[in-house]
Amino acid sequence: MSKTVPRDENPCRPRHFRPGPCGPAPQEGPAKHSLEMSHTRLIITGALLGLAFLVIGARLVEVAGFKAGDGRQVRAVPVGRIEASRADIVDRNGALLATTLAAPSLYANPKQMLDPRDAAHKLVGVLPDLSEGEVYAKLASDKSFVWLKRQLTPRQMAAVNRLGIPGFEFQDEEKRIYPQGNAFAHVVGFAGIDNKGQAGIERGFDDVLRGRKQPLELAVDLRVQAILRDEIVKQMTQFRAAGGSGIIMNVNTGEVLALVSLPDFDPNDPGASPAGNLFNRVTLGTYEIGSVFKIFTTAMALDAHVTSMTGGYDASHPIQIDRFTIHDDHAQNRWLSVPEIFMYSSNIGAAKMALDVGGDRQREFLGRLGLLKAPSFELPEIAAPLLPSVWRPINTMTIGFGHGISVSPLQIASAVGAVVNGGRLYRATLLKSPKDQPATATQVLSAGTSVELRKLLRLVVEKGTGKMAEAPGYLVGGKTGTAEKVSGKGYNTKSLISSFAGVFPINDPRFFVMISIDEPHGDKASFGYATGGWVAAPGVSRTVSRMASLVGIQPVDENSPEIRRSLLVTLPGPAGRKLASN
Amino acid sequence: MTFARTDRSLTAQWWWTVDRWSILAILALVCFGSLLVMAASPAVAERIGTDGLHFVRRYFAVLPVALALMFSISLLSPRAVRLLALAGFSLALVALAYTLIGGVEIKGARRWIDLPGLSLQPSEFVKPCFAVVTAWLFAQNRVRPEFPGKWIAIILYGIVVGLLIRQPDLGMTAVVSAVWFTQFFLAGLSLIWVVLLLIAAVGGLAGAYLLLPHVASRIDRFIDPASGDSYQVDRSMDAFMNGGLWGKGPGEGTVKLFLPDAHADFVFAVAGEELGLIVCLIIVALFAFVVLRGFSRLLQEHNLFVVLAATGLFVQFGLQAIVNMASSLHLMPTKGMTLPFISYGGSSMLALGLGMGMALALTRRRFGDADA
Repeated sequence: MSKTVPRDENPCRPRHFRPGPCGPAPQEGPAKHSLEMSHTRLIITGALLGLAFLVIGARLVEVAGFKAGDGRQVRAVPVGRIEASRADIVDRNGALLATTLAAPSLYANPKQMLDPRDAAHKLVGVLPDLSEGEVYAKLASDKSFVWLKRQLTPRQMAAVNRLGIPGFEFQDEEKRIYPQGNAFAHVVGFAGIDNKGQAGIERGFDDVLRGRKQPLELAVDLRVQAILRDEIVKQMTQFRAAGGSGIIMNVNTGEVLALVSLPDFDPNDPGASPAGNLFNRVTLGTYEIGSVFKIFTTAMALDAHVTSMTGGYDASHPIQIDRFTIHDDHAQNRWLSVPEIFMYSSNIGAAKMALDVGGDRQREFLGRLGLLKAPSFELPEIAAPLLPSVWRPINTMTIGFGHGISVSPLQIASAVGAVVNGGRLYRATLLKSPKDQPATATQVLSAGTSVELRKLLRLVVEKGTGKMAEAPGYLVGGKTGTAEKVSGKGYNTKSLISSFAGVFPINDPRFFVMISIDEPHGDKASFGYATGGWVAAPGVSRTVSRMASLVGIQPVDENSPEIRRSLLVTLPGPAGRKLASN
Repeated sequence: MTFARTDRSLTAQWWWTVDRWSILAILALVCFGSLLVMAASPAVAERIGTDGLHFVRRYFAVLPVALALMFSISLLSPRAVRLLALAGFSLALVALAYTLIGGVEIKGARRWIDLPGLSLQPSEFVKPCFAVVTAWLFAQNRVRPEFPGKWIAIILYGIVVGLLIRQPDLGMTAVVSAVWFTQFFLAGLSLIWVVLLLIAAVGGLAGAYLLLPHVASRIDRFIDPASGDSYQVDRSMDAFMNGGLWGKGPGEGTVKLFLPDAHADFVFAVAGEELGLIVCLIIVALFAFVVLRGFSRLLQEHNLFVVLAATGLFVQFGLQAIVNMASSLHLMPTKGMTLPFISYGGSSMLALGLGMGMALALTRRRFGDADA
């Protein structure tokens, strides 16, 4: 508060001398006293106000200059980019299977539209999938908010912005993107427009994915999945099939490396495919899988010691029971040893073997293998097996060769894995197992039985119905299965499900590979056959050859003495000689 | 602009006698106000669903009127100022009383009178006029002790405050009371009374806290932010932090998207975010400059009426700025009050033109007591 009088503001001041005050003569008495007092108190008031301004200035410096000013947590005012709220999904090697991208949604405030007709025309110019009529109707309405298009790409957003039309606005939204498209449709599933999981892992792990930042690692392998899908597609095309499915599982951990169900869909746009394509044949489909079931029947009989590798059954005549007749597809019409029954896939032999074990023990054994109840799995699309309501001897016999019971390929995978890996049943899983934490397993049959079954499975590929599954150097073992599909009240002999369930390398099992082809049609190359050995086995063969090096399996010489000895099966009598000459 | 010192025309006389530095400061504030109303108000306008430039247009429609009002009133002599204030006070008081009957109710208070084309808030005009009238009453009482100016001032104060509380408009009541008290203080109120009135002020505040729930909730939230919704002031603080030293640039801020009164009560927060700390300090300095420079000129003044009246007007101007800025900075409970010449607000702007016009008229250099 300067007391100096600004110099040149006194117009009545002559240039040469400083005059006395030219205001009124100083007052005297009470008036003068009150004026002085008012001046003093004016200074006090001014000081107080000045202090208040200083405090405000200091506070400004404190708040804006030193961000921690108030001891309050600094909150960023949201600007543009929001953080993704759903975790990525990756395969076992980190390849991206699902991720979240910013996908701004376009809306408009019709009240701000200067020229709705022109705006609609220009907008449809850059977003051709919109209908100009509909857009115009929306823009010309008297609302103040209308959605125009949800989840645009950044390129589309830029194009709309470039139109420069006031009234078009964007809402930040997120979109789930599946870079692998159809390949993992049934594994990963998809999330809806509100980012809520609708199928597959997206649905089964919805809460988990919402609640985490780091990606969810699956057990699947992008490369192996691609191979399996490719081979199934080839087989389906060749045999003009309605569908197909396949699963590859690590038999020593239960990790599922590949899971394919065809026809499939693009999870980026699931609505574009027929609803039936969403059906997961591996986990939600249950099938009378046919002769593949003989693996379990034989393992059961050997494990229960009702017969042995050298035992056998008379398969010279079909079995008549009630109003059914059980006969063989590859009939030998003689007594068959257990390895022969397995190799020729004899229904008569398997039925007799099952009957020998008995219905109760059969149920108990299949239950132990997890075939009688819905498996626990990461996907929500899980089916319970279809079982006979009353377990009569006829059921025991038909189940012995895989009829009268419907299970999912997923259940077969775990069960066959246990049969060949030394008898340990692992729970099938889509999640990558931590390295330092071995998966837990339950012992369901003896290691000895397991070794015997390996030999039998190898025999099928070497000499029996599954020769076309052979993949040189990788010692494939396996079992064919051809089942007539249930249609109405009976079986339809023309529509088949043809499968091959394989394991490799069979002398030290690592992976289970199964392919099923739904309703194949035999062609000239297969001499009209549409059985598992003709339709599914070649797919397994090529899949094994292509994937083996990717999963670190070296080819071996099948004819080396150690391997021959480890897989040797003695076939008795003349049949053996006959086979040797084959 | 040049005028010969010998020029005796009205404008030339005005030019040489008026406080040109204060005018410059006020014009600087107006510039910042124009910038901020353009930056902040479109977001608010869009949110309430009107045309984006609604407030900008109204601001620039009112601004020239307010400035013209200020300049023309600053030409008046103290005597004319007094007569103007008396007339204005009578009119505004009647209008203020009318709000209780025919006023428009907005957010639970009747403060507005709807006229064709505009709505006016009479209390804004009561404020400066009442300050000048009070000053004259106190001054007369000093010069001619037989004149019961003091008592008339007290009665008028009672009427004005009574009407304001009925509206209710507690912020305005507080400002009018503070100004009136300062004038009384300057007019030579004995210290005993100073203490008693300060106690009464504290009592009034406590009464408001106990009797009026919305006052209680605001004060509670100020003392303990966790006790209730402190959304507005939190956003305001974020804005200052976001802005930092140099700000994000005019129009680049985001706080205006969240604060309902970004163009009025929280315009200072928008300034903090978009123009930054340095400009905010300049704005504070401009307000302080106008007030303190006015005061310093009054120290040369020999006319008690002029001292009291101008002090009242400057205190009112400064106090309003202080309350607004302190609210934005969480230094006091939030109180809706405009930031002079910067906030949007038609009545407030016109009343400021009136008030500062009178203050400039009173602080002009005068020679010979034109108004004894």
